[in-house]
Amino acid sequence: MSWEPVIGLEIHVQLKTQTKMFCSCELSFGDPPNTHTCPVCLGLPGSLPVANEAAIRFGLKIGLGLGCELAPRSIFHRKNYFYPDLPKGYQISQYDEPLCRGGRLGDVRIHRVHLEDDAAKLVHVGASGRIHGADSSVVDFNRGGTPLVEIVTEPDIRSAERAREWLILLRETMRQLEVSDVNMEEGSLRCDANVSVRRAGESELGTKTELKNMNSFRFVERGIKAEVARQVALLEAGQPVVQETLHFDPQSGSLTSLRSKEEAHDYRYFPEPDLVPVAVTPEMVEAVRAELPELPAERAARYETELALSADSARALAFRPELGRYFEAVLERADGAPAQTVANWVAGELATRLGDADPAQSKVAPDALARLVAMVGEKAVTAGAARQVLDRLVADGGDPAAIVEAEGLGAVGGGDELAGAVRAAIEANPDAAEKVRGGKAQAIGPIIGHVMRETRGAADAGEVTRLVREQLGV
Amino acid sequence: MSDLLALSAAQLAERIRARELSREEVWDTYRERAAADDLNAFLWVAADAPDTGDGPLGGVPFAAKDLFCVRGVPSQAGSRILEGYRPPYTATAVEKIVAAGAPLLGKTNQDEFAMGSSNENSGYGPVLNPWDRTRVPGGSSGGSAAAVAAGQVPWAIGTDTGGSVRQPAALSGIVGLKPTYGAVSRYGMIAFASSLDQAGPLTRDVTDAALLFSVMTGRDPCDATSLEHPEAIRLPSAQDLQGVRLGVPDDVESAAGIEPGVLEAFRATVARAQELGAEVDTCSLPHARHGIAAYYVIAPAEASSNLARYDGVRYGLRVDGDDGLLAMYTRTRHEGFGAEVRRRIMLGTYALSSGYYEAYYGRAQRVRTKIADDFRAAFERFDFVVTPTSPGVAFPLGAKTDDPLAMYLNDFFTVPMPLAGIPAISIPNGLSEGLPTGFQIAGPAFSENRILDAAYALEQAIGFDTAAVHA
Ligand SMILES: [Zn+2]
Repeated sequence: MSWEPVIGLEIHVQLKTQTKMFCSCELSFGDPPNTHTCPVCLGLPGSLPVANEAAIRFGLKIGLGLGCELAPRSIFHRKNYFYPDLPKGYQISQYDEPLCRGGRLGDVRIHRVHLEDDAAKLVHVGASGRIHGADSSVVDFNRGGTPLVEIVTEPDIRSAERAREWLILLRETMRQLEVSDVNMEEGSLRCDANVSVRRAGESELGTKTELKNMNSFRFVERGIKAEVARQVALLEAGQPVVQETLHFDPQSGSLTSLRSKEEAHDYRYFPEPDLVPVAVTPEMVEAVRAELPELPAERAARYETELALSADSARALAFRPELGRYFEAVLERADGAPAQTVANWVAGELATRLGDADPAQSKVAPDALARLVAMVGEKAVTAGAARQVLDRLVADGGDPAAIVEAEGLGAVGGGDELAGAVRAAIEANPDAAEKVRGGKAQAIGPIIGHVMRETRGAADAGEVTRLVREQLGV
Repeated sequence: MSDLLALSAAQLAERIRARELSREEVWDTYRERAAADDLNAFLWVAADAPDTGDGPLGGVPFAAKDLFCVRGVPSQAGSRILEGYRPPYTATAVEKIVAAGAPLLGKTNQDEFAMGSSNENSGYGPVLNPWDRTRVPGGSSGGSAAAVAAGQVPWAIGTDTGGSVRQPAALSGIVGLKPTYGAVSRYGMIAFASSLDQAGPLTRDVTDAALLFSVMTGRDPCDATSLEHPEAIRLPSAQDLQGVRLGVPDDVESAAGIEPGVLEAFRATVARAQELGAEVDTCSLPHARHGIAAYYVIAPAEASSNLARYDGVRYGLRVDGDDGLLAMYTRTRHEGFGAEVRRRIMLGTYALSSGYYEAYYGRAQRVRTKIADDFRAAFERFDFVVTPTSPGVAFPLGAKTDDPLAMYLNDFFTVPMPLAGIPAISIPNGLSEGLPTGFQIAGPAFSENRILDAAYALEQAIGFDTAAVHA
C-alpha cells in the first residue's frame, strides 16, 4: 500500500522597499553592522512604529498576483517572545485579520498573505560560528525591521519535487512583480514546510511536522523527501509521528528535532495598539492592479492553450519574461512558422548560446531569427547549418541569408544536385549499398555520411535518406 | 520670596515679553528652587538655560516627567532598569514645547513606568506632598505635580493613563489636563499602556494649562495614532456657564471610599456652577463602575508587552552571569523592576495567555467599548460629565502600599475617560481637612476648548489660592 505526502509551505519574502517596515531606515545588504538603525528599529524606549505605505502596496501587489482577496481593513498584532534578535520583545505581524486571504498560484491554493517585520541578525562569534560553542553572540540590527511578507499555502502539494517546482514558480512570480530579490541563499526568500503522510486514497490528514532552515531549492526538495521517508518508516513500523519542528541539516541530510522548550511558545498575540488599522481603498487596489505585469503562471497557461506549446517550453519562456517577450517578437515576424518551432529556437538554441543574457540585448535581431526559422521551414537551409548561422548571428549579428550565401551553407537540395551526390556516394560505398539492398537498413550510414561530407552538412538528412533508398530501390 | 513666584506661567511670559522681567531672572530663580528641591520631585535639573528663542511660551521654564525622552538627558521612567539611560532623541511633545520658547528646567520623579497613584512606586524614592510632607502627592506624575505646587517650576508636563495627570494635580492643588487620545504625540514617551497613555500639562491655573497644551497638539508623522486637533487651542475667557449642561453620574455619592469632605467640596462646586448658569442633572454611565476592572486588565496587558524590551541586551541595567541567556533576562528584570511593575507584568502576561485571552483581555475590551458608548450617550444630553477627581485627599505615605486594590480605587473617577479616549481636566476645588481636592470635567473627544472655558469660569468662582505652599 502506498503513502501520499501532504505538503504545505510557509514562505517569507523580504520586500525590496526603500525603507524598513516601521521606520525610515534604508534597507541595506552587506553594509557594516548596525549602520542602518534608529530608535524605532532598535526598540529604544518611547519609540513608535509607523507602517511603511510602500510595503503595504507591495503586499497588495503580491495579493493580486496570487489572486487573493484583499481585506479592506486589516490590523497588526504583536507576537510576543524574548530573543536578542527581537529588540522590542515582540514582532509586529498580522494575525487573525491579514492583508490578503485565499488565492491560487498554479495548482496550489494560497491560504493567506500577511505583512510583518524581520528580526535582526545574530552572529555567533567563535570557532564554530554556531550557537553551541560560541564565545559570544552579537547582533546586527541592519536587517531588523526589514519588511516581510509571509505566504502560507494550503496543503495541496503531493511530492517533494512538486514543492520545489512550485517554489520556483513562486520565486519567478515575486521576481516579475518586482517586490523582492527572492534569493534563497541570501535569505530574501525563506521556506518552511509542513509535512505529513497518509495512505493513498485517504482523506484525513496525518500528523504534521514543520521543517525549517531549507535555504535552497535543492534543500527544500531533499529535506521534504527525507522527512516523508522518515514518517513513512515510522508509520510502517507501527510508531506514531510526533508533531514537532525539525531542522534540516543539508550537510548530513539529517533532521534534528528543535527542543520542545522552544516549541512551547505562547506568543500572547494582541492587537498592536501603536498602529492604526490598514485601510485599503478601491483606488489603492486599482493603482496596484495597473502596475501588475503578466505573471509566469498566466503566461505559461496562455502559451499552452493559445499557442499549443509543450508544458516545458511554455514554462521556460514564461519563467524568464525577457525570453517570453523575445519569443513573441520572433513569432510575430516568423510568417506562419509553428509556434513550437519558434519556441524551440528561442528557449533552446538561442537561450543555450546566450546563457542568462537578455536576447533583446544580443546581436540577434528578432527579424533575423524569424528569417532563419523560415529558411529552415522552406528547407533552404538544414537545421544543422542553421545552427552554424545562429552561432554567427550571436557573434556578429547580421542577416541570415547573407551568412548562408557567404559561407556556402545553403541546402544542397534542388533534386538533381543532391541526387548526383547520392549517386556518387553509392558508387563509393558498394559494400554498404549491397547490404542495404539485402535488407540491412542500418547499413545506410556510411552512404549518408559520404553525402554529408561532400555537401559540408548542407544537405537535409531526411531528403538524403529518401534519395538513397529510392536509388537502391528499397 | 521674590514676587516672581506669585506669577503664573502665562503672566511670566507676558512680563518677559514686555521686558519687565528677564528670562535669566526667571530661569535663575526657578533653577535655584529646583536644585534645592527637598520633596524628591526632581530626578535631574539642568545646569544652564538652553537658548530657546522667542515663542508663545516666552522663555518660561518647564519640567518634564522622567518618562519623556530627552536627548542626552537621563530619561529613566522612574525605573532602576533604565538608571542613567540617556536617549539619543527627544520626545515630540518636549520638542514642541522647547520650540515654542520654553527651556527644559528638569526631569521629574514618577511612579516606575507610570504605574502607581502615589508616586511611592518610583525606583528613586517617593515624592512628598508640599501641602503635608508626610503625605503622597498622588501619581504617577507626582514629581511634576509636587514641583508645580511647590513653586519649583512654573509648569510641567506629565502623562495620564488612568488618571496620572489629574489625580496628582488634585492631590497637590493644581490643574491637570488629560487631552483627547491622539491629540498629543506619544513619540518619545516611554510607554506604559499604549492605547491609554496621553501627555498633558500640570499647571497652577487653567490659563496656563491652555497655553501649554496649545503648543503640544498636532499630528506627528512619528506617531500613527496621533491626530490633528480640529481646533486651535484658545486661552479660556468664559465668565459664566450659561446654557452649559452638566451631568453628575448617579453613583458619585456612593463611590467606594469617597470621603465626606471631598463630597462636600464637590457638591459646593456643583452649586456654584448652577449659580453661574449651568443646568445640572444626574446622568447614568452604567458601565463606568467596571472601568477599574477593565483598566487593570488592559493596561497591564499592554505594559507586559511594552516592557519586554528591557531585557539587558541593548541598554539599561544588565545583571550578567555565566549561566545563559534566560538566566540573564530573569535576573536583570527581577532586579531592575520594582514590585508593582513586576505584579502588572505578571497580570498582563496572564491576561494575554492563550486560553485566558477571551475571558480577560477580550472581555475588558468589550467593557471599554461599552464605557465609550455610555459617554457618547451622556454627551447627547450633557455638555460635560463632572465628578470629584479622586475619592479622597492625599493619604499618608505607606497607607496603601500593602493593599494594591485600595490603591487602584483611587482611579475610580479618572479611569473611564482614558478608556473612552476623551479629554478631562482636574481643577483645584478647595480643601478638605486642610488638603486639596479636585473637581473633574470630562467632555467629548476634542472638546478641550470648551472644557477649558468651563474650568476657567469655575476656577474664578472657586477662587483657590494656588500660592498657599510656595513659600
Ligand atoms: Zn530604523
